[in-house]
Amino acid sequence: MSANKKTIVVGMSTCNVAAGADEVLKIIQNRVNAGLDVNLSITGCLGMCYCEPQVKVLDEDGREHLYIKVDAGRMEKILTDHVEGGEPQVKWTLDFAEAIGKQRRIVLANCGKIDPEKLDDYLARDGYKALGKVLKDNQPEAVIQEVQDSGLRGRGGGGFSTGLKWRFAFNNKADKKYVVCNADEGDPGAFMDRTTLESDPHAVLEGMAIGAFATGADEAYVYCRAEYPLAIKRLNRAIAQAEEKGYLGKNIFGTGFNFEVHVKEGAGAFVCGEETALLASIEGRRGMPTIRPPFPAESGLFGKPTTINNVETWANVPWIVRHGAQAFAAYGTEKSKGTKVFALAGKIKHGGLVEVPMGITLDEIIHDVGGGTGTNRQVKAVQMGGPSGGCVPRELFHTRIDYDEVTRTGAIMGSGGMVVMDETTCMVDVARYFLDFTQLESCGKCTFCRIGTTRMLEILTRICDGKGVPEDIDILEDLAEQIKTTSLCGLGQTAPNPVLTTLRYFRNEYEEHIFDKKCRAGKCRNLCTFEINDKCVGCTLCARNCPMDCITGKSKEQHFIQQDKCIRCGVCRDVCKFDAVTVK
Amino acid sequence: MCNCIDIQKVDSIVERIGKDPTKAIPVLQAVQKEFRYVPLEVIERIAQTTEMTESQLYGVATFFTQFRLEPVGEKIIKVCHGTACHVGGAEGLTEALEARLGIKDGENTPDMKYTLESVACVGCCSLAPVVMVDEKTYGSLDRKKAAKIIDDLEKAGETG
Repeated sequence: MSANKKTIVVGMSTCNVAAGADEVLKIIQNRVNAGLDVNLSITGCLGMCYCEPQVKVLDEDGREHLYIKVDAGRMEKILTDHVEGGEPQVKWTLDFAEAIGKQRRIVLANCGKIDPEKLDDYLARDGYKALGKVLKDNQPEAVIQEVQDSGLRGRGGGGFSTGLKWRFAFNNKADKKYVVCNADEGDPGAFMDRTTLESDPHAVLEGMAIGAFATGADEAYVYCRAEYPLAIKRLNRAIAQAEEKGYLGKNIFGTGFNFEVHVKEGAGAFVCGEETALLASIEGRRGMPTIRPPFPAESGLFGKPTTINNVETWANVPWIVRHGAQAFAAYGTEKSKGTKVFALAGKIKHGGLVEVPMGITLDEIIHDVGGGTGTNRQVKAVQMGGPSGGCVPRELFHTRIDYDEVTRTGAIMGSGGMVVMDETTCMVDVARYFLDFTQLESCGKCTFCRIGTTRMLEILTRICDGKGVPEDIDILEDLAEQIKTTSLCGLGQTAPNPVLTTLRYFRNEYEEHIFDKKCRAGKCRNLCTFEINDKCVGCTLCARNCPMDCITGKSKEQHFIQQDKCIRCGVCRDVCKFDAVTVK
Repeated sequence: MCNCIDIQKVDSIVERIGKDPTKAIPVLQAVQKEFRYVPLEVIERIAQTTEMTESQLYGVATFFTQFRLEPVGEKIIKVCHGTACHVGGAEGLTEALEARLGIKDGENTPDMKYTLESVACVGCCSLAPVVMVDEKTYGSLDRKKAAKIIDDLEKAGETG
């Protein structure tokens, strides 16, 4: 790129596009076609999804300006006043270093920095150097030892030592071995893997190539959700580019090492996050888990030794090889090393992707990195680990990010979904929501998982409907225990966690639903009424937003809800700026 | 609906992707891309011409949520019910869209223009609650904005 003109970089990840980046890019392209002399390129997600679309303008002297929440109007003005006129519009810019704050980026290091569709961009940031070094040294066991010494553990949620997993596959002698990348990110509320694949696909591929060399494999599959079309597109493009330049394919770096990568589109089944189910699906069968042992390291894909790691795990590998195990292990706690990427969503001000060193507390993530709820409501709990995880209450926010510490709360580290909940979230409803998910996604093989989750859902639904009976809590606890102990795979074994953690920390909400027929969050419609209190200033906002048109009142006077028409949707409370809507 | 399935299209998909049983999912994905659902006649045809059996294909098609065995409307309105969207009020969006389209979740409009569907997380959690139509994502919605998506689609349909 020419240095004597400005460069404009547009964030083009799924989240950016959803926020309107397409339109912004078109505006710039139109101006370029009309003669505007700039370098124009794209990049992935910077992680700060709360202020997308984002556009970077690099001045001729290299100074960088990151514009946020760019819409058509802002873009036109940025082009005219800054790009052409030389006046940066600082009121719309964000200080990236300040926004990153307590984060430490290893996996996301290139995200938002490089054009994910250009191999040269990746190479310019030391891309494929780790693979080159590993192949030149030609000592597979030393690579495995390095990864083991780094303390890297499975980032998909399992937390098993990656080095050890590789060693098992290495030790199994076979004529053919595979590596697999699990990109079937099925946890609702999680989008770490999507972003990594969209923003830095080569890092994942390089990690896989290193893993394949170390374990003795020469063929790989990336199993990616079909719901992630952009990730699949960029992955396929990255594979083609790397093959063309000799970083993947036959005789890599002239060392005789061959490595072929296929992309398999998942067809939508949460249970396929379970490794044996995922393998069944690649083989063209229903994705049902099988009994382990044999573990995939012994008999995996097509019966051959197979190493399966998730996207984030693979993406850590090139960094570890380049910087050494010690540098990686310098981050974190005694048993959880490195960093972890989390997808912050829900009632949070700065939602998006964050990568933090292990050992940081939940409070630091939610309040310092995430900025709290961003409203006058307090955080009530954070849901970690999706349907297999649990809700950690505010009182336990001193918990550190560490596999074992998080497990002690009843939740799990999981793959990195973190959904923040405030006082308007009903914890019984959250438990019901997750059971609805797991009973739908249960493959049906184990009876307790198939029928037990259905029964639990029925009970939770009845409690939310106001028809709960006193025995319900005991039955839920009993069923939860049985499902945990009699299910074959992780889906069933962890399915009761959302219920167990909410029962442990928010039992009073269950009791209020059952005995007092009351939902304090104002979520369960049969158990609450909304009323407008004397804080109302008569701004009419609630009346204008009510879907039932059942709020009456004159401007500047206290309003009133007609209870017979009200459907208790809570819109009036959500829009009210004066805290004038109360739940009874 | 037309009952005439173009068998040649099925055969060419099989030719292109492969006949061994490991290809069941990609073949069905290609079939759905072509016909927008997986007609039972197509499953029969694939079983006749490949090493895959009807039971394998039907088993796979009913196991994975991506596959539909019934025809769908021209536009599929997907309401995300991921955790962040649920907490953000996705239920209300489904209700508003049900009222606007006059159908229930999972149904097609009688003119086969729209299908209303609930989906698990689409991975745009920071914009929750969201609705996806084709490849386009609509974020930060409420009931009124959700119903307006249909108004906008109708308008675009008239002019385009």
